[in-house]
Amino acid sequence: MTEAAAPEGQPYDPRILVFSTNNISDPGIDLAGSSHMHYSPRVMVINLPCTSAVKPGWIVYAMEQGFDGVFIAADGEECAYLPDCAQRTSGIMQTAQDLLVEKGFEPQRVRMAAICSVCAEPFTKYMHEYATALSGLGPSRKATS
Amino acid sequence: MSAKKIGVYICQCGGNIGDYVDVDEVVAAVAKEPGVGVAKTAMFTCSDATQSEIIADAQEQGLDGLVIASCSPKLHTYTFRDVARRAGMNPFQYTQVNVREQCSWTHTDDHEGATEKAVRLVRAGINRTRLTEPLEPIVVETTPKTLVVGGGIAGLRAALGLAEIGLAVFLVEKEPKLGGWVAGFGEMYPHGRNGAELIAKLEQKVRSHPGITVFTRAELIAKSGSFGNYEVTVAIQGEQLETISTVVGSIVIATGFDTYHPAEGELGYGLDGVITIADFKKLLDSTDGPLEYNGRPVNTVAYIYCVGSRQGEDVEGGNTYCSRYCCTAAVHAATMVADLPARVHQYHFYRDMRTYGKFELLYAEAMEKGSAFVKFPDDEPPAVEKDAKTGGITLTARDLLSEGEEVALTADLVVLVTGMVPRENEGLTKTLKLPVGQSGFYNEIHPKLRPVETVVDGAFICGACQAPRTSSESVASGLAAVTQSAAILKRGFAELDPLVATVDTDACTWCGACETTCPYDAIARESHDGKEIAVISRTSCKGCGGCVPVCPSDAIDLQGYTDAQIKSMIDGMLEVVCA
Repeated sequence: MTEAAAPEGQPYDPRILVFSTNNISDPGIDLAGSSHMHYSPRVMVINLPCTSAVKPGWIVYAMEQGFDGVFIAADGEECAYLPDCAQRTSGIMQTAQDLLVEKGFEPQRVRMAAICSVCAEPFTKYMHEYATALSGLGPSRKATS
Repeated sequence: MSAKKIGVYICQCGGNIGDYVDVDEVVAAVAKEPGVGVAKTAMFTCSDATQSEIIADAQEQGLDGLVIASCSPKLHTYTFRDVARRAGMNPFQYTQVNVREQCSWTHTDDHEGATEKAVRLVRAGINRTRLTEPLEPIVVETTPKTLVVGGGIAGLRAALGLAEIGLAVFLVEKEPKLGGWVAGFGEMYPHGRNGAELIAKLEQKVRSHPGITVFTRAELIAKSGSFGNYEVTVAIQGEQLETISTVVGSIVIATGFDTYHPAEGELGYGLDGVITIADFKKLLDSTDGPLEYNGRPVNTVAYIYCVGSRQGEDVEGGNTYCSRYCCTAAVHAATMVADLPARVHQYHFYRDMRTYGKFELLYAEAMEKGSAFVKFPDDEPPAVEKDAKTGGITLTARDLLSEGEEVALTADLVVLVTGMVPRENEGLTKTLKLPVGQSGFYNEIHPKLRPVETVVDGAFICGACQAPRTSSESVASGLAAVTQSAAILKRGFAELDPLVATVDTDACTWCGACETTCPYDAIARESHDGKEIAVISRTSCKGCGGCVPVCPSDAIDLQGYTDAQIKSMIDGMLEVVCA
């Protein structure tokens, strides 16, 4: 059972799914927590070894299930696995955007930025900014009744 | 076989989680999830008592999956994998759910929101665990050699320790000489030992040990391979630049610190007669008669503490941390001055005195030997000016120990008690991909539980490259790095996570896209039941998953992060939370 979509036009706090990386961006997000920086509890993180492993289909799936946006916390040039990780991830994001548009979602529902292992403040700021931007778009699943 | 009966443990972490997340509500919400056999809270899931309880539950209930909702996976993944193993479960059928760093601590302002999020995260973890399969670690042979980067006191002592334990050591030092900062010190606290002499003895032992190869004017410039067998390349500056490569099992980083350099005009820095504690120490080490500076007798010394340390958030690029060693260095210098033949008046302008542990005795000794202490307010450092008439330097400050009275005096020499700053090491940081903390020093995984390990497997940090330290603390951490290296390398093999990419042989139609995308040559074409398919080498695969989204047939999964698992986690995060 998944949650009912929020009725259109009502103010809402968007749900954001973050894909982070075990060694670089996840420690940065951890640091935001250990520094008691605040962002919405509707932000949830799934960590992977490298964001080059994110399937564009997962982003569409997240939207269909009820997330309002996906944020890819990529490694930039710091990735221990793939030196062209940022390029790969932005390719994944573009494919995901095309898929989203095909399914009737706005392409802005996926966003990426490089988050380093001490990027606590930038991450927190991104979450606030992205939540504001997504609020402008409204919920991903519009109410049907 | 997928996990069928799962134990779920929600940690309170004292109050770190429990104060913000209603853990009982989380248990109530997830206890009836399909596949959950046991759901409980614990004050500290990492404690011995709870570990034993988990093992007992697993044996009584026949659990085959484990979910721990506590801190970041960086802290206790290995602890709980071990608990799972001891409980008769497969360690890879355990999921760590981060409800501290990524929930309670970041939502201290929203208890209800934090509780609801915790439920969602735990559900995602349960869903993931349900889809786990038992996996066995990949066993690789390790090379019984260690590369030590940095030949200061920590690196030298580590090199010697490693060699004595029977590991081959390559010691690489950037400078032409070994010994680092300590080689330049005379008498050092707390035992009055001479730094240069200590280093000379240590260097002699290192150089004469057959197991240690020393390279000076040498730098690590490349690292490849994986844990247990890193291929490292060292550039050596001789008559011409040479590079050599070797394979090592582990790397110990002991690159030390730099001293804080005050800006021109900062507390009078730049005036004749205003020097740093580092320069003052050199002056003292070369003084045996009356104290003189630039040929002038010094009758009064004033120390100003916390220069370049504990700076406010408003200072651009400031150092907010305390360097810990400098208070003791200053009172130690004062006791050395007091022991000189001619009497010198000494005044200490400090913010807080942190001569921790037995260094308190040095503080007491400095006072007994006549030093006077003035405590200035945090936001009002002393004013330092050149006195045109006398040629001395005047200091003015408010003294909090005498109800804020203004104190003014003229000194012949002002010593700025400067702290340690991280050394400029961008090349090495990039080569090893070492994590750097907020203050710019290298970061360990956990300050208490894994104090010399880094997120780079087999790369250990020690000494003052990690944080400001005294030389004895640096040596202690160097020896901790020795133990950690030996713990891996003396066994002869290492176990790597089996979280590698796998191919669904039915779905694969061999197009070659995955082979092209893998920089590690881990993927090859093979014949299988009469058709061409991709095969991934378990030992060459690094587990990045870069090939996963590239496959047009969706035939590749990364173990631990499979398509089904990620989607099940998304589902778990979005299920309705019933209070």
